Amino acid sequence: MSSHPIIEFKNVSKRFGDTSIFNDFNFSVKENEIVSIIGPSGSGKSTLLRILMTLEGIDGGYINVNGESLWHMPWNGSYVPASNKHLHKMRDHLGMVFQHFNLFPHMTVKRNITEAPMRVKGLSRSEAEKNAEDLLELVGLADKADSYPNDLSGGQKQRVGIARALAMRPSILLLDEITSALDPELVDEVLDVIRNLAKEQRFTMLLVTHEMYFAREVSDRVCFFDQGRIVEEGAPEDIFTSPKEERTKAFLNAYLN
Amino acid sequence: MVGLTWSWAFTWEVLPMILSAAKVTLLATLLGSCLAVFVGLAFALIRRSRHRSLRSLIYWLVEFIRSTPLLVQIFFLYYVMPEFGISMSPLLTGVLALGLHYGAYLSEVFRSGIDGVEKGQWEASRALNLSMFDTYRDVILPQAIRPMIPATGNYIIAMFKETPQLSAITLLEMLQIAKIIGSENFRYLEPFTLVGILYLMFSIMAAYGIHMIENRFPKEGISLK
Repeated sequence: MSSHPIIEFKNVSKRFGDTSIFNDFNFSVKENEIVSIIGPSGSGKSTLLRILMTLEGIDGGYINVNGESLWHMPWNGSYVPASNKHLHKMRDHLGMVFQHFNLFPHMTVKRNITEAPMRVKGLSRSEAEKNAEDLLELVGLADKADSYPNDLSGGQKQRVGIARALAMRPSILLLDEITSALDPELVDEVLDVIRNLAKEQRFTMLLVTHEMYFAREVSDRVCFFDQGRIVEEGAPEDIFTSPKEERTKAFLNAYLN
Repeated sequence: MVGLTWSWAFTWEVLPMILSAAKVTLLATLLGSCLAVFVGLAFALIRRSRHRSLRSLIYWLVEFIRSTPLLVQIFFLYYVMPEFGISMSPLLTGVLALGLHYGAYLSEVFRSGIDGVEKGQWEASRALNLSMFDTYRDVILPQAIRPMIPATGNYIIAMFKETPQLSAITLLEMLQIAKIIGSENFRYLEPFTLVGILYLMFSIMAAYGIHMIENRFPKEGISLK
């Protein structure tokens, strides 16, 4: 694993109206690192992913992704807010899986997966469909290519969501509470897919999750968030077995017992 | 009173003339609704664009069109535009006036249909790096259409019923022809009754057709394989 940071937040601030989510926030992720973000709701965990996916802007500071500024671009020797073209280029590095799947309900599973590679990357239909079949194989849904999302269970939908994000070959995968909307018995089939991806270590993964055991199992590092700050971070063993901060202890006690 | 007894002979005599005028009415409605759908969609999309000045221009244009009577707009296009060197036939003027007028109303229908598509669909499109054009064409509009169908249909029927206003610029549509027949023969009962019945029949058929389209339309939207 290289030590080169692939994601870097520098003094980032973010507000929603009068509510400050991040203030002077610093955070970085190394290439191929798998980082879990845990913490109470409203602590800014999802906002962090949404800012990276360019679904939310920032109010101050800088973010670097793969050595390039995400929300700014160099212009005449200084930095100016990024143009759509720049954001389009930067989004190429990132893929996201959503809590509520956000599959396209009017498209077949296969079309959900081939849509962006064909439209954005200009793949031919046959190439895109070949990739889609491989990805469906990977997530164990090879037989569902021609189904529509509404005919699938929640766990199956989310596995399609993962395949759809992977089809764009991102180097950074953002997983936003991907099992929170699932019935408990469907959680494992989704986590199994992520487990396998994690083993391969081909991606940088940033996951916001409430599955503590899972976070402990797959992560290289766990960050405990509260009120827009990283209260404590470290190796999963340390965070889960001997947290130092009172706030972390209280949170983990409430969750694990 | 001579007109109060219904004459079948006279009815059959004038029916072909009224039916051929019905073609003009239907043609004006058909072309008018095509234009209205196009204008409505264009206005709705511009109202959602990033350019503030363009957005407010369309906002005021829509407000203006909706707050002035259709007849004034028809007269303006027919009698004032020639002073600027643009003169059009009654049919073309009528289609343009109906298309713009109902396009303004439809733009609100389309806007709310587009707004009704879940936010997550936009976010997924953005995360997949789809362009704005691809997002609208492949993701948003196919899902927005079904909820737009009933209101759009009602406006098209309303437009159909407003076509007699085009008689004011000498378009020979149904009502105008009925009036001419009436004044030539001193009998208004049959021609006007026929016009009323034809309007009723077309409206009911159109309402049924719209209902069928809505029911047949997949709930998820136009399906893409």
